[in-house]
Amino acid sequence: MAKIDYALIASQPEFEELLKKRNRFILPISIFFIIATLLFPILTGYTNLLSNEAFGNISWAWIYAFFLFIMVWTLVTIYMKKAKEFDREADEIIRKYREGNYK
Amino acid sequence: MNLTVIIMFIVFVGLTLVITYFASKRTQSTKDFYTAGGGLTGWQNGLAISGDYLSAASFLGIAGAIALWGFDGFFYSVGYLTAYLVVLYVVAEPLRNLGKYTVADMIAARFELKKVRAFAALSSITIVIFYMLAQLVGAGALIQLLFDIPYSVAVIIVGIMMTIYVLFGGMTATSWVQMVKAILLMVGTVIISVLVLLQFNFNIFTMFGEMKNITAPELKGPFLNPGSQGGSPLNNVSLIIALLFGTAGLPHILMRFFTVKDAKTARSSVMWATWIIGIFYILTIFLGFGAAAMLTREEIIAANPAGNMAAPLLAEKLGGDLLMSFVSAVAFATILAVVAGLVLSGASAFAHDIYGQVIKKGNITDKQQMLAAKIAAFSVSVLSIILAIFAQNQNVAFLVSLAFCVAASANLPVIIYTIFWKRFNTQGAITGIITGLAVSLILVIMSPNVMDPSGNAFIAMEPLFPLTNPAIISVPVGFLGAFLGTFLGKAESHEKYREVKVKSVTGIDTSETTH
Repeated sequence: MAKIDYALIASQPEFEELLKKRNRFILPISIFFIIATLLFPILTGYTNLLSNEAFGNISWAWIYAFFLFIMVWTLVTIYMKKAKEFDREADEIIRKYREGNYK
Repeated sequence: MNLTVIIMFIVFVGLTLVITYFASKRTQSTKDFYTAGGGLTGWQNGLAISGDYLSAASFLGIAGAIALWGFDGFFYSVGYLTAYLVVLYVVAEPLRNLGKYTVADMIAARFELKKVRAFAALSSITIVIFYMLAQLVGAGALIQLLFDIPYSVAVIIVGIMMTIYVLFGGMTATSWVQMVKAILLMVGTVIISVLVLLQFNFNIFTMFGEMKNITAPELKGPFLNPGSQGGSPLNNVSLIIALLFGTAGLPHILMRFFTVKDAKTARSSVMWATWIIGIFYILTIFLGFGAAAMLTREEIIAANPAGNMAAPLLAEKLGGDLLMSFVSAVAFATILAVVAGLVLSGASAFAHDIYGQVIKKGNITDKQQMLAAKIAAFSVSVLSIILAIFAQNQNVAFLVSLAFCVAASANLPVIIYTIFWKRFNTQGAITGIITGLAVSLILVIMSPNVMDPSGNAFIAMEPLFPLTNPAIISVPVGFLGAFLGTFLGKAESHEKYREVKVKSVTGIDTSETTH
């Protein structure tokens, strides 16, 4: 296989755009789930906010825990969808590179 | 030990040996050995990740902890699961696109210096040893409890089985053992959960209602609320940090991403894994509550003070001998699947990173690599069996959370900077790994795990560091170490970083790195 010209691909506006898009997607969501997760031991350990019952005998602490589970599955689904979009753009860049459209 | 247990045990062992036999025929090259040929599908690898991740401590330990401590027993499951978001959003795809067999490969994709690879391998090896020791010592005690055979015999049986899987069947056998185990584990927990829910007429509110009334002198708060175990809140925060950031740095989990053909499959395997692992943790609530409702607290504690026997005893109550035997066999399968994955990742760090790349500088034939991998796998197994036999009476359970802590403090910062930070350099990578590793180890040596005035730990004195898990300090220090190291070191050309970026985002190189 011929050596790939990484610098050439890296300098394409399409590539820079894809990179930016990816980071703009990953960063805020990552910050969100990190905070949501760390709030759990903080709220349960330092406050009584989650000790009251929410539904029947089930307290808010359990609801928060279940929320985090749902959050994981939701964010995974969102990622899968978004990643498909990125895949298309990445494939396009590879195709153009292989066809010699980048000079 | 009764006949049903023996039959189930033999059926399982027989099945895994058949798997290993067929796997051995397909293990011809080093790539086969480390990555099962790189041809697993998303759901297969997702199952295998779950099988690799859910240890006996998750199965028996968490169910027991929930039975004894209610909410506090369930607490950490949250960290174990959300950690997969870090794996998916940050690590999985770049790792697949940049690496070949190991985490060190990925870091070396940007920093070719042998020293960087050597340090990356060192931190992987440290993590594997800690994790393995805790697993084996726990396994010995569990098997002793479940099958009534002596500790050292139990450790040797587990040791021989894991060695056979890895030595002859490599990653192919290991993956399939992990998949079979994940299925058995899910089947077992679903059956028990349904039987438990049947007792409560499938009404979760009735179940929670009954749990609310549980009292015991050792409970420091209501059973269903946080704080029943009376643990320090800061310690809990620290442990959750270790779990959240550590999973994405565990060598045996990351190694699984090289068994799939591309980043797309890597991501779909995480999706499968989060569903399986998440549902499993939800089901442990039913196991724990079921045990708390149908067994007495005294019964559970008498069988094992940590509650490890709660699930098997509950199974016996619900489904008699047959179900209990099944659960015991599942626990055994669980142990084997995890330790086999660990042996393989330990072997890859020694044979591929240290021997193949650092010592031989990559000038090594495939046949020699394979031989080195097998020798390393055998040595790692023998060494860990010996260590585990000596550690029988030591409390080493904390080593699991320490492994997560080292992974979070030494591996993750460097992985993240390698992918995302342009200015990051060789000096930063080395400093990051060393500071993360050293600070974790030093703080643990000064922690209550090692220093305990009552003499229950290794050193009889007041602990110098109050937390049992140092992640809250060591993770930021790891990031800071890599950051400062970068500024102390020489600036490097960004050419390598551009290459890493293009590879990790487009996967253009995946076909090349895997052949």
